[in-house]
Amino acid sequence: MEKHVVVIYPHPDDESFGAAGTITQFRKQGVPVTYLCGTLGEMGRNMGMPPFANRETLPEIRREELVNACNVLDVDLKMLGYRDKTIEYEDRAEVASHLKGMLEEIEPSLVITHYPDYAVHPDHNALGSAAVEAVRLMDVRKRPVVWAQAISNNYEADIGKPEITNDISDYFDTKMGAIRAHSSQASGILRQFEPEEQNIDEDIKRRFSTEEFFIWEFRD
Amino acid sequence: MKPIDMNHVQENLDYFIDKQVYVHLETTNGAYASHLNKKAYNVGAYIRNAQVSFNQAKIVKDGNIHRVGLKLEMGWIYAEGLTDWEMTEDNKLLLAGHDREGRLMVALELSETPFNY
Repeated sequence: MEKHVVVIYPHPDDESFGAAGTITQFRKQGVPVTYLCGTLGEMGRNMGMPPFANRETLPEIRREELVNACNVLDVDLKMLGYRDKTIEYEDRAEVASHLKGMLEEIEPSLVITHYPDYAVHPDHNALGSAAVEAVRLMDVRKRPVVWAQAISNNYEADIGKPEITNDISDYFDTKMGAIRAHSSQASGILRQFEPEEQNIDEDIKRRFSTEEFFIWEFRD
Repeated sequence: MKPIDMNHVQENLDYFIDKQVYVHLETTNGAYASHLNKKAYNVGAYIRNAQVSFNQAKIVKDGNIHRVGLKLEMGWIYAEGLTDWEMTEDNKLLLAGHDREGRLMVALELSETPFNY
């Protein structure tokens, strides 16, 4: 059994769309889970429908939604304080050292993050890469295992199939609860998958009932 | 925010003329544009808390959308596709363009004090 799981993603809602079922699975086993959330998604485009957020109020709204989602998932939340869409321009070594400090304090047995270069959003790629680097810099005897999540359209051709395929159907309702806690984002994102209204629930269930991860190999 | 009212926006634009003003200007089609549609390109530009001064400011209506142009001493700033506006309690003029799904396409904001980092 895992001792402690740390999830590192850049945006409020990445945890819910990406790993909520897996997180719930760990929580049901009594494993502590900490979410290190990179930004407040300050630059999000979804402002609610009809829009109830604006560019200046969005950060506080998303902070509140993030806290609510973390309550649904029963995880400990730590906000890293970066700004949405700018992580790739930060000094990578600095971000990695920031994360390393936190990981050394928490001492997780497992870290879940995005797979660098195969995670579509520049923030996903940058924070995933910094997270992998942070773990690499840790004392080899204390390194947690890293599960990396690839979501780009081309990853299978390049890096193959993920080693871990988690069927999370049993926790699907909790996952949807966490997703819907992100009210300013959720409906907009869910809508873009399946434009035909009547199929939306089925399509989402099919898409979101499996969570897949690569096990990162450190070669050094 | 509420649908743009030309007169009110023009009045509020005039308020900022010849002052030192902080600008937030952005446009984006989202980080997932080419992920969801192979033929699309990801496009975006973003400036926050650039300090400028302008001596002319004008809002123009074109069909359902609006454009705003600011004439600087040595240049221009403009935004197209604006649909909604708001003057906040702390005197920040917020202009934004939303698509049919309520997503932000463009934003132009002016303030005498810096926007929160």
